[in-house]
Amino acid sequence: MHIRVKFFAIVKERAGVGEVPLDLPDGANVAAAEAALKEKIPAIAVFLGRAAYALNREYVDAATLLHDGDELAVIPPVSGG
Amino acid sequence: MSQPTWIQLLTTPLDIARAIAYVSDVEEAGGVCVFLGTTRAERSRSAQELLALDYEAYSEMALKQMQQLAVEAQKRWPLLRVVILHRLGRVPISEASVVIAVSSPHRGEAFEACRWIIDTLKKDVAIWKKEVWTDGSGTWVHPQ
Repeated sequence: MHIRVKFFAIVKERAGVGEVPLDLPDGANVAAAEAALKEKIPAIAVFLGRAAYALNREYVDAATLLHDGDELAVIPPVSGG
Repeated sequence: MSQPTWIQLLTTPLDIARAIAYVSDVEEAGGVCVFLGTTRAERSRSAQELLALDYEAYSEMALKQMQQLAVEAQKRWPLLRVVILHRLGRVPISEASVVIAVSSPHRGEAFEACRWIIDTLKKDVAIWKKEVWTDGSGTWVHPQ
């Protein structure tokens, strides 16, 4: 399957890009996407463990299954307000 | 039934007078509570002065979350009007980055709702700030 992954704040800065495409085997979950991202972009690996994830703009946990065309976002600890 | 809300992300200074007017313009209102979050002057460990805060959002998600906050607040308290505005981009010292304004029949629920909305926004909504120092360096704020 093919998904898009969005980055923000320090993760975006370290990745040097706001969005990347990611190919994953069918049946992959958020944890698998995180592992693939660590391998693809080592510069952001340290931030991924303490980030939250949003799937199609809703927070999800690591076990959530992904589907072709999904928009996954890495959400480092938020600091609005 | 949900009451009128004004939810927005803006890159321009927040119009606080308009936010107050929006929540006040309802005859049943007996209390209006407004919270402003403003950029506070700071000095870094290396003695740099804070110039401003730069805000960035996952806009589509943040707007949806702010809408959900207004809906949830209206379930918890008898609110008449709710305004949640957040500024993005550079916010200089003393200017507001966030405005929460609510009106209700009595002051107690207005205070409680306003407090809950800003506390929950800071904890959950997909917005980030970066401290910009006078030497041009920047520090992302990512609470543990």
